[in-house]
Parts: sequence; C-alpha cells; structure tokens
Amino acid sequence: MSPTNVVKPGTKPVQPASNVKTLQIDGKDFSARPEETILDVARQNKIFIPRLCELEGLSDVGACRLCLVEVKGSNKLLPACVTRVYEGMEVTTNSPRLAAYRRMIIELLFTERNHICSVCVSNGHCDLQWMAQKLGLTHVHFPYRYPKANVDASHERFVIDHNRCILCTRCVRVCDEIEGAHVWDVMGRGIDAKVVTDLNEAWGNSETCTSCGKCVHVCPTGALSEKGHAVAEMEKRRHFLPYLTMMRESQE
Amino acid sequence: MKKRLATVWLDGCSGCHMSFLDLDERLIEVAEKADLVYSPLVDIKEFPGDVDVALVEGAVSSEEDLHKIQMIRRKVKTLVSLGDCSVTANVPGMRNAFGVKAVCDRAYTENVTLNPGTPAQVIPRLLPYARPIHEVVNVDVFIPGCPPSADTIYYALTELLEGRQPELSAKTRFGA
Repeated sequence: MSPTNVVKPGTKPVQPASNVKTLQIDGKDFSARPEETILDVARQNKIFIPRLCELEGLSDVGACRLCLVEVKGSNKLLPACVTRVYEGMEVTTNSPRLAAYRRMIIELLFTERNHICSVCVSNGHCDLQWMAQKLGLTHVHFPYRYPKANVDASHERFVIDHNRCILCTRCVRVCDEIEGAHVWDVMGRGIDAKVVTDLNEAWGNSETCTSCGKCVHVCPTGALSEKGHAVAEMEKRRHFLPYLTMMRESQE
Repeated sequence: MKKRLATVWLDGCSGCHMSFLDLDERLIEVAEKADLVYSPLVDIKEFPGDVDVALVEGAVSSEEDLHKIQMIRRKVKTLVSLGDCSVTANVPGMRNAFGVKAVCDRAYTENVTLNPGTPAQVIPRLLPYARPIHEVVNVDVFIPGCPPSADTIYYALTELLEGRQPELSAKTRFGA
C-alpha cells in the first residue's frame, strides 16, 4: 500500500487535481465543468428553470430575467443562463419569492406590448403563452400600456409584428451568430427599444437579409411569422439550430 | 338551499356564453344546484340582489359597462371574470392604441353612406380604453380563454357552487 493514500487522522484528504466543480442545486449534489453555467447543469439534469430569451445553440444574454435563481451567500438573484458554477455553490431554482418575481416578469411582458393571444398566428405554439400558463398566471395585476406598435409586412415571405415582440433578441443573435448576416439589431432605449432590420429600414428593402427564415423560427412569440398563416397556424421549427451547431463544432 | 347564479355580457362576442351553453346536459345538473337569476339567456331586466356567483363575459368598454359592473359588484358574493375579454380586454382592447375618436370615425363615418356620424344618443358612449374587469372592480376568480372550454366552465362553476376555490391555471390559458 502506497503511503500517499493514507489519510492521517485529523487532516483533510488530498483533493485530486481536477477541473470538476461540485455544487448543490435544490439540495442535490451535482458536478460540472468550470465553464458551465447553472442552467447548463440544470438542463443536463432535467431541472426546470424557466426562460424565454435563452435558446440552446445561441449565445446567452440574460435578457428576460426569468431564469433568476437564489445562490447562497449572494443577496442578489442571479441569472442561471450566464452565471458560472463554482465549488460549493448552493443554488435554489424555485421558491415563493422566485415564483412571484417570475410571474411579475411575465405580467410586465404582457402589459408592455399588445399581446392578443386569441387572434395571434402563434396561439397555442407560443413560448410566452406557454410560460404564463406554466407559471400559473390567470391574469395580469398591472395596467396594460396599449402602445401603438407597427407591423412591417414589406418582406416577401415574412412579417414582423412589434405588438408581439418581447425583446428577447433571439432573432438578433441567430442572424448574427448562425446565419452571419446581422440584419437584426435593437434600436432605442428602455420602453422605446425595438428590433430593427438594417438601419431601421423596411424589412422588404433590406439588402443584407438572405430570407433564410431563421429569425422567424427562433422567435418565441408571434412577433415574427411566415406570411399565409391564420390564427394559431404558425408553428416554429427549431430543429435546425442544434443540428447546425453540432455540424460546426464537428468541423472545428 | 339553491345558489343564485347570474351571467353577464359586457363587451364580448357572446362566445363565452355559447361555451357555457355547450355544457349541454350538464346544464341540468347546474340547474339542480343553482337558479339562473339573471342572464342574457333569460328574460329578466333588473339585476337582482344576493347573487352568489356571477360569470361576467366581456371587457369594460362603455359608460354602460362601467355602471353595470360597479352595480353588479355590490350585489354579488363571488365575481368571476369569464374569458379573455374580461380578463385581458382581448379583442375589444385592440382599439385602445387608436383612441375613441378614430375608432368611432371608422365605424360610423368612413365606412357609412347612410347618415354618417357618431350617434350621440341610444348607443352608450365608449370609455377611452376597453379594460379588463379587475382594473375597475375587485374580481374573485379568473377564467382565461377565448372562449374557456365548456369543461373548464363546468369545473369552475361546480367548484364555486360547492363553495370551493377552483384551480384554473392548469386547465385554461390566454387564447385557449
């Protein structure tokens, strides 16, 4: 028996040199690589953390704040999608306080623009609508704003209805990171922020748009849709995203 | 003793009432537990007092709606927002971004050949915004859906008539 394996009484065992971090999520032990986020670990272990802006295959921006979690020792709530794990981290993914904040976020999204589910192309296939139900929302406590928002139907095949946009920026990221065209961007600040094509040109006049439709299919709501769909007919197809990511990683 | 049930139709399409009628033979079961004391489906003009449960369809859009819902709130124990129009303002609320004048001009002047002009009498004046009921009076139970299914209404109604609070978020949603 090698003497290095013997642990002297009263001393800590020597930790093996490794990059594995161990942490607790909701009281259970998990291990993760240091570059992984709380959401990565949760996803691998089938722990549900709500989110609307995050989409696997795109970069993470922490825009929607739905994935906020409690981390022991921090007096702030931290977004799981962009918070790296560390050794000994203790994460709580659900609590009455988190549930209340998450419902509040969804309610504010509903008041911010004009989301009329019953007449929306994405009714029944909408991430916002699904999340509202999942989080137990039956009504909105805040007054609705009823802003006057535009619909741009100038593109031959697609429509953007700003009434239904939640500013998740999935369209901006997929166009930049996957398609490489960067047609979309965000203009304005705060409540005036909106997604634009090119330099706030009509989408139909865009010289950079390749009409690939990736933005339409990653959009969580009915804000981006294909023309020719009536109420509840627009189903998004996102299987291309993990496929493209996988093919690219295999070529690197 | 039998409960006293009312249904109310504000600014909505009556689809929620149609869905209520879709209870079909279960209406008989409801009728055994409650008397329908006021409803657009029955011939009673005045909203009576001491109503146990009122299902209210539609947004609060006009001065008449506002007057009605405030009066009804005073006479009802459990006020239920039935359907997306009463819960979110929904389709009636789609006018809100445009303003009352533009909406009335479009409806009564621009698209009209005979006697154009917004009527000043008989038709109740529109409020600046069509609003969900709970922005105007306290609401006890919310049943989203456009319309909520007959099964959802049946579940909510039977729970309420038994004096229990229905848990609705798993059964229905906005736009359902």
